Amino acid sequence: MLTLHCPYCGVDADETDLHAGGEAHLTRFGPGASDDDFEGYLFTRKNPKGVHFERWRHAYGCGKWFLAARCTATLEVFATYSAQTVAPPADVRAAITAKRPDWSWGDLS
Amino acid sequence: MSNAISALEGRAVAGDVTVTDMGLQGMISLRGDLSDKALTKVCKTVTGADAPKPLQMAVAGPNGFGWMSPDEALLLVPYDAVRDGLTSINNVLSGQHFLASNVSDARAHIVVSGAYADEVIAKVAPVDMHPDSFAIGDFRRSHLGQVAAAFWKSDANTFHVICFRSVAGYVFDLLAASAKAGPVGYTS
Amino acid sequence: MSTRLASKGRLVDTSKAISFSFNGKNLRGYAGDTLASALLANDQMLVGRSFKYHRPRGIVSAGPEEPNALMNMGEGAFFEPNQRATTTLLFDGLKAESQNHWPSLEFDVGAINSKLSRFLPAGFYYKMFIYPRPFWKHVYEPIIRKSAGLGKAPIGRDGDTYEHFHAHVDVMIVGGGIAGLSSALAAGRAGARVLFMEQTAAWGGRAAVDEPQIDGMKATAWIAQTVAELTAMDNVTMRLNCMGAGVYDHGYILGYEQLNEGGTDAPRHRLWRVRAKQVITATGAIERPLSFSGNDLPGVLLAAAVRDYVVNFGVSIGDRTVVVTNNDDAYRTALVLKKAGLSVPAIIDARPDADGPLAQAARDAGIRVETGKGIAEVKGGKRVTAVAICGQAGEGAVVETIECDCVAMSGGWSPVVHLWSHCGGKLTWDTDQAMFRPDEQRPPTDGNGSGFVVPAGIANGHLFTTDVLTNGFAAGQAAATAAGAKGKVGKAPEGYDEAQEPIVPVWLMPQGASHELRSKAWLDFQNDVKVSDVQLAAQEGFESVEHTKRYTTLGMATDQGKLSNINGLAVLSKALNADIPDVGTTTFRPPYTPISMGAIAGAARDDLFQPIRKTPMYDWHAGNGADFEPVGQWRRPYAYIRGDETLHDAVNREVTQTRESLGLLDASTLGKLVVSGPDAGQFLDMMYTNLMSSLPVGKCRYGLMCTENGFLMDDGVVARIDDQTWLCHTTTGGADSIHAWMEDWLQCEWWDWKVYVSNVTEQFAQVAVVGPNARKVLEKLGGMDVSKDALPFMQWRDGMLGDFKVRVYRISFSGELSYEVAVDAGQGRAFWGALLDAGAEFDVMPYGTEALHIMRAEKGFIMIGDETDGTVIPQDLNMQWALSKKKDDYLGKRAQERSHMADPDRWKLVGLETLDGSVLPDGAYAIAEGTNDNGQQNTEGRVTSTYYSPTLKRGIAMGLVHKGPDRMGDTLRFTNIGGEPIEAKIVDQVFYDKAGEKQDV
Repeated sequence: MLTLHCPYCGVDADETDLHAGGEAHLTRFGPGASDDDFEGYLFTRKNPKGVHFERWRHAYGCGKWFLAARCTATLEVFATYSAQTVAPPADVRAAITAKRPDWSWGDLS
Repeated sequence: MSNAISALEGRAVAGDVTVTDMGLQGMISLRGDLSDKALTKVCKTVTGADAPKPLQMAVAGPNGFGWMSPDEALLLVPYDAVRDGLTSINNVLSGQHFLASNVSDARAHIVVSGAYADEVIAKVAPVDMHPDSFAIGDFRRSHLGQVAAAFWKSDANTFHVICFRSVAGYVFDLLAASAKAGPVGYTS
Repeated sequence: MSTRLASKGRLVDTSKAISFSFNGKNLRGYAGDTLASALLANDQMLVGRSFKYHRPRGIVSAGPEEPNALMNMGEGAFFEPNQRATTTLLFDGLKAESQNHWPSLEFDVGAINSKLSRFLPAGFYYKMFIYPRPFWKHVYEPIIRKSAGLGKAPIGRDGDTYEHFHAHVDVMIVGGGIAGLSSALAAGRAGARVLFMEQTAAWGGRAAVDEPQIDGMKATAWIAQTVAELTAMDNVTMRLNCMGAGVYDHGYILGYEQLNEGGTDAPRHRLWRVRAKQVITATGAIERPLSFSGNDLPGVLLAAAVRDYVVNFGVSIGDRTVVVTNNDDAYRTALVLKKAGLSVPAIIDARPDADGPLAQAARDAGIRVETGKGIAEVKGGKRVTAVAICGQAGEGAVVETIECDCVAMSGGWSPVVHLWSHCGGKLTWDTDQAMFRPDEQRPPTDGNGSGFVVPAGIANGHLFTTDVLTNGFAAGQAAATAAGAKGKVGKAPEGYDEAQEPIVPVWLMPQGASHELRSKAWLDFQNDVKVSDVQLAAQEGFESVEHTKRYTTLGMATDQGKLSNINGLAVLSKALNADIPDVGTTTFRPPYTPISMGAIAGAARDDLFQPIRKTPMYDWHAGNGADFEPVGQWRRPYAYIRGDETLHDAVNREVTQTRESLGLLDASTLGKLVVSGPDAGQFLDMMYTNLMSSLPVGKCRYGLMCTENGFLMDDGVVARIDDQTWLCHTTTGGADSIHAWMEDWLQCEWWDWKVYVSNVTEQFAQVAVVGPNARKVLEKLGGMDVSKDALPFMQWRDGMLGDFKVRVYRISFSGELSYEVAVDAGQGRAFWGALLDAGAEFDVMPYGTEALHIMRAEKGFIMIGDETDGTVIPQDLNMQWALSKKKDDYLGKRAQERSHMADPDRWKLVGLETLDGSVLPDGAYAIAEGTNDNGQQNTEGRVTSTYYSPTLKRGIAMGLVHKGPDRMGDTLRFTNIGGEPIEAKIVDQVFYDKAGEKQDV
């Protein structure tokens, strides 16, 4: 059972206080988008063994959504960070690289 | 108004740790920028309490100013003072982006008090209630058993619990059962 | 016979007698006894029957590894099966019964299976019961089920209470032997917050029995001194009778504390839910049995257990004990027995030589030591009578028979690596010591990717006192440091050991045992798995240890292979001609030993099983005949039953009276979300399919919300409160989820939009005042103008009604003249009372959710969850009018443009009227011509809502039908389970007041 640090309120939250929200950094496609783009947005999800970026909500706590960079195999958490970002910030990417030099995720590495 | 009642209508259980409904409690939920000076100032006017640090409840007599999230505060005032408080906030912050709501009736205020009150909370919440970790004034949102709740510590043996009105009976019974089961002997 | 010795046991208090019963016999033990030691003191060696062959079973061990001594314990509300006698502390009035026998323990019919054992080989069930196929369900399974099972299932409710406790610590130490004590000293002195658990009722572990020297004193003296030092530390919490049950991700650990037995008011068990930065597993080791023919007979025990019963409980297993071993440690048992005045006819040592100090001490004590020998066979029926001795190297030719009533066996020690392994700690095979021990280079890792479990002492493969103490101390220090504690730890305790000669692994005795002997050499005592079974499994191609486990059931009994796993996989590796580490172990899964269901549930039982949400008027409903139905966690009145009327009568009465005069509905559960801010209008235009930004202040609009998949998710009336503020009503079930949905979009997608959302659902009690007399009753309360002109349909006003400050919405979900009135929840009960009083002259009737459903169905209004099921789009419900064409975008809009969503062949909503006036079955399908590829009847529609309409006095329904709106007047045939299909005509979905005149008066 995970413990994740909420970057908004500073609590190391028990998993029972959290709500998982799936893959992070999706780009929304709306009216006018191609079928392929829309399908990718709606249905295509990564399922990596290793580094992954996820959405979590501190549901029973401060109520804020945040993002987590995590290893799905070992459950190591590299960083949790603001949900108000479209891509993992440089410091988060550096924290991952320090532990997993060869990581990649979609177009990121 | 005279015909208003709290969800628990003043229920209380005696024992080494008591569980008591605090009756009608004025509460204002304030969404806004908590770093804004005008906002903290009007909150101080309404409650008498200084702005709390994150994860804290600043207490001033019967009133309180609690940090709920970076953009949410919980103001505790007497039940009958809520409308005036809302008026002050709405006047002072007029033109700013904020949302103040009366939530007095939406919630219940229960006090858990006694020698092992911290252990009564720790039986039902995944929170470190050890006195070295959870100090007087600390305010935490989490869950008690299966429902959301917030609680703060007002003195070494006293905890105040806020939960939703509809589950006040569940929370009260859960706390009462935990109190009745006796101390664990961990924090003391 | 087994009996109590004159010499006192270390742990029992002979001044405190305790009475208990076993299989109805009244027996006596002492405070400090386990149930096992008390039974043995009463010569009760036979305690059960094995699972498959119903062989007689005696106590084998003195700890949690016990496979045989499982009891049905207690009675009535305090009954629990499968309780281990070896870990159950005796208490006054304890009632125990042996399991898995019929008609009695002494005479068991199932024992015939033992005679048939050559017909019941490994995988027997798989092989035998496959053919003929139908026999499995009707013949084999019922018989097997009847004969299977160990304890009885409890009947009725558990009379005890249980609780959880959350603790957050720096260092958690599992195991209170000298390794754990040593590590607790270091971690405690360093200043770490320590939680220290021991599963038995005493500190000290094996050292308290074997009494090595520590810091120049006897071990028991050092243990007492150390416990005193630790007790004085404020930062150390110590718990006896508390087992570390499981180690999970991110330092989550479960502890299982046994508190009170015998039906006291206090909790029986406490489940510790611990978050620890570091965990020390000082869990000791378990002695391995030796595999020889007849090793399962009652009277054959682990050597250390025989010693424990003498030293700890003053109980001897027998008068004449033959010790059989492959290591030095078992010699201690012989010496203890000799010292207690008991006879040890021989020590049978499989090793070619035994010349160390322990062997010498045995010889000096006059004990005959036979090296290079083994046991060919144990003689006896329900009890050992003799052992036949043979050369270990041979095939079992008997050289001598020695009479005895106890055999103490030792095949070496296996570290308890369970907790190390639960969360991914890896093992390494230690060839010299013939054991798997933790590979400290590959520990389980925490959220930082660092190891968080530290093995200590024997559990880490250190068998000598000196090493146990230093290793334990180092573990405590390392864990404290890793957890951030910086205090000085002082000096590690020093131990002293006599020299020992190395173990020689023995996996079969004798080495070349014949098939006959191997067929009686037990590996798993509870599940009856023998050496021959594992060999057969290997021969039949089950090469993976996990497959062999399932095929033979080795290690699948309630002891989870604590005694059998290593012996079994050694036999398997030999049969596969592979090395033991290459065969590997099965997976260790928590809990370490079974924990009670009650402890897992904790306080969540009876009224606290789950939260019940109650509206402010709940108590009135409960006191006035409400038949409640669950709506999420809410309890809402389905209908209010009066006198001896049926539920159906009550529903019809409520509908009729509401349509004819006045009804009241407690609508407090409806979600109420305040959405406010400069960008709130723009935000709601995205949330809803409708245009909400254009809604004038003071007015209401019904809106739909879709998921990004385009499917209809929620609906409700939105009221414009002021320039920047809207109040959105959601369905009862949607209040929390729609609030979370809005926060998700505001926080994660449009975080630059200035919008705040506040969930005020529970701030208000809301009452729907419905019926032709609705206006009259509000006017009677007085205080505000609720006339058609002052408060037109689909508008809202703030004001006073009587003493109550209210917000009144003129909206209707019934088709009648209707006001929904919100008051502060604290006044909900009083307001409800005021409406009942004022409405008395109109014969006001509260109505429940069923009447609500019927009235909305009569009006053809949809209900989320009935007309929608997560696959329905608004277009399916002919609600194009609610899809704004002025907006470029809203959630779900793009999805609704997908080809399948725009397909003209989608099923669409229509009304349905049975030709005979009956009520269509809920969920019935419209039958179409032909069958599909799977040979199933084709369908062309389904019923989504169906009711008896007391207004129309006939059945009415809505359904989704293929091209339904284009087929008005057509007759469809609907499935009717157990009867003939029902014919129904496609009609308009609005059955009542199509023009909408009644609600707008």
